Amino acid sequence: MASKGIKDRVAIVGMGCTPFGEHWDKGPEDLLIEAAREAYASANIEPEQVDAYWLGTMASGFSGLMLSEALKIPYKPVTRLENMCATGSEALRNAAYAVASGAYDLVMAIGVEKLKDSGFSGLAMANPPHDGTISSMTAPATFSLLAPAYSKKYNVPEDTLKQVLARIAWKNHKNGARNPKAQFRKEVSMETICNAPPVAGMLGIFDCSGVSDGAAAAILCRAEDAHRYTDKPIFIKALAFAAGPAEGYFSQHYDFTTFPEVVRSAEDAYRQAGVTNPREEISMAEVHDCFTPTELVLMEDMGFSARGQAWRDVLDGRFDGDGPQPINPDGGLKSFGHPIGASGLRMMYEMWLQLRVEAGPRQIPNPKLGLTHNLGGAPGRCVSFVSIVGL
Amino acid sequence: MAGIIRYGSYVPYFRLQRQAIGAGRGERAVASYDEDAASLAVEAARDAVRGGLRVDALLFATTSPPYAEKLNAATIQAALDLAESIASFELSATTRAGASALALGLDLAMAGRTVLVCASDISVGAPGGVREAQGGDAGVAFVVGGDGDAVARLLGKATCTIEILDVWRIPEERFPRSWEERFAAESMGPAVLDTVQQALAVAGVSPQSLTHVVLDGVNPRTLAQLPRALGLEPAKLVDNLTQTIGRCGCAHAGLGLAHVLDRAQPGDRILVVSEADGVDALVFEVTDRIRSFPKPRPVQRWIDSKRNDLAYPTYLKWRGILPFEPPRRPDPERPAAPVMRRHERWKMAFVGSRCLRCQTGHLPPQRVCVHCGAVDEMREERYADTSCRVTTYTLDYLAYSLQPPVVVAVADYEGGGRFSCELTDVDPKQVKIGGQLEMTFRRLYTAEGVHNYFWKARPMR
Repeated sequence: MASKGIKDRVAIVGMGCTPFGEHWDKGPEDLLIEAAREAYASANIEPEQVDAYWLGTMASGFSGLMLSEALKIPYKPVTRLENMCATGSEALRNAAYAVASGAYDLVMAIGVEKLKDSGFSGLAMANPPHDGTISSMTAPATFSLLAPAYSKKYNVPEDTLKQVLARIAWKNHKNGARNPKAQFRKEVSMETICNAPPVAGMLGIFDCSGVSDGAAAAILCRAEDAHRYTDKPIFIKALAFAAGPAEGYFSQHYDFTTFPEVVRSAEDAYRQAGVTNPREEISMAEVHDCFTPTELVLMEDMGFSARGQAWRDVLDGRFDGDGPQPINPDGGLKSFGHPIGASGLRMMYEMWLQLRVEAGPRQIPNPKLGLTHNLGGAPGRCVSFVSIVGL
Repeated sequence: MAGIIRYGSYVPYFRLQRQAIGAGRGERAVASYDEDAASLAVEAARDAVRGGLRVDALLFATTSPPYAEKLNAATIQAALDLAESIASFELSATTRAGASALALGLDLAMAGRTVLVCASDISVGAPGGVREAQGGDAGVAFVVGGDGDAVARLLGKATCTIEILDVWRIPEERFPRSWEERFAAESMGPAVLDTVQQALAVAGVSPQSLTHVVLDGVNPRTLAQLPRALGLEPAKLVDNLTQTIGRCGCAHAGLGLAHVLDRAQPGDRILVVSEADGVDALVFEVTDRIRSFPKPRPVQRWIDSKRNDLAYPTYLKWRGILPFEPPRRPDPERPAAPVMRRHERWKMAFVGSRCLRCQTGHLPPQRVCVHCGAVDEMREERYADTSCRVTTYTLDYLAYSLQPPVVVAVADYEGGGRFSCELTDVDPKQVKIGGQLEMTFRRLYTAEGVHNYFWKARPMR
């Protein structure tokens, strides 16, 4: 049997999120302090009340000391974890299970990344010692493989597909423009997006998520205790995770128009939450739009669009901020920015705001269920996280 | 007696037009930024040993060894998937070493050994000089053994070595220097003629009965008088390839011989002369087997398959002569010796695995089958000569490369198996889903003095 789930057993009672962007004047410790203090305040608690911490960062620091030293946490358990770009969501998932188990009453999940100190364009990952045969492909290149494969399988001409991808970037920029914490807060015209310098395959610079610094944090407790801390807690309906066997790297059956890891984790999450028709039941979602073709394929893998139809739904505006099923209302990785370890918790931060009706000019009317989807790796070889939260 | 059993050649894809450097007509072959003398030799030798032909020894000749210390022949041996138990040697220091290695291999063959002789060079000269304009890059390989299997039987050979300052370079310097050409031409002329006559005498062949004559010299003037002195008809002198690819160092004499063998008829008699610090002369007779042996890709096909719009600054950048602005990306990492050793058959010979239970192919080799989950039920399978097709691809403008954009394809192999690999010798505009690819052995990059060799794919040449 797959995961049994912890539906409605754990609540999020406080959250914090720094603005994402190029924080030349802040180190990872500053970002951690900012996000943690905002989360403590939002849950109306003192730091001493938190029993344990889960810290997610891909490569901005090592061990629990990174957090305990920055916040001067006195002798409490701090777990430092990494699961590529899904790191922030992993911190949340493990923290939620610790609360659900009864081991702790109140915990914090916090994620951080400081990417802009490296001086490199894009993301640069350190490898363990290797034999020199590992792929030199950059992240945009691996995800750009989706575009020609999708175009071919569903007979979508490449220029139409280019418009579809640009529309996704346009939408996420438009959403980010209404978000004071987003890295890019400007609407960008379709024409600018389509004529941007190339990065990989069909992808131009505007098809790529923002490389940024940032941190985000959540305070969790058991559901029955939630109202001690806030009048408006949000409740975890599902937490699902799938790490693939890298089938797509080895097997000729994989066609680069789907992420099997996402399909499996979404199925699991829907089962846990009792969702049978995600296209109708999920009010809004923050998905892992690291590159525009990823968001396109995710719409089908999550069941928001039928196979081969997501491109039409995108063009119809179904996923726009004011559409029937808003996707990445906060601007997504594209426009809010993508500091790896923080991103999963940033997605949850938007669900927190929306479900509490605190999202200001981008508030979605009457949201019931929100979904976050966080992915790490590349098409054919990735990890995928899906959560569902609601009131 | 002994002879050539099999052979192969390789000319890189790129050409530099001499016009682009103000050096007259024609073009020279240019190894790509991801090639070196070892990889050129591997590419040339693949046809010669295709199908797992067994050899007892490997001789490698080059004046541009990728490593000054560490056996480059071992790289070739590993990339060709030859047994570790064979004897491998390296010859260097003169462009005649290619012909000398062939002569030495034939001596070993007479002692009963089957020997793979490889010769290759990347000819680099000082910008603006003759070597830069007239040199070329290529590789050639011969398998020599008993004359029962030979496509060309050795009839006779002769050699002489002369201490003379004609062309030279000390290890600390990048470019060779040369004396006034007429000096060596005049002082070595008689010895050259004498050695060639001696080879013909041993072979029992008169100059008039020769069908093809291959003349190669580091100083071409030393051979200028030879045809008339021997009374050769000009028609018998084969194209010296200087207009199409340039003189390719150690590989050049062998390349001329391979070019002749590509179109030779049984009974043809071939004289090969290579001059530098003396001279080697070899006389062969083509046998009936020339009609039935596994033919390699002809030299002419390599010559014709080219891209000749290479810009001079790009050439200088590739050869490390011109410094350039690096991309804002991490420097390539030095590969780790223990990991390379553990994965040697994968890295060097492109050996993956295939599940014995469900036949699923795995690149790189795996212990657990991705399809059926069987553990340690794999056999090794070499994919280097397996053709493959593009399933999907992309152009990576962000990745580090001396020739951006990096073209990456997901390649699906005939008979099963998939690998995402970098493409090389490719026009990005010509890549298509479904396009056929072949594997090629390359030097991906050099980091902290370590050459990182691995396989890439290229469109069929």
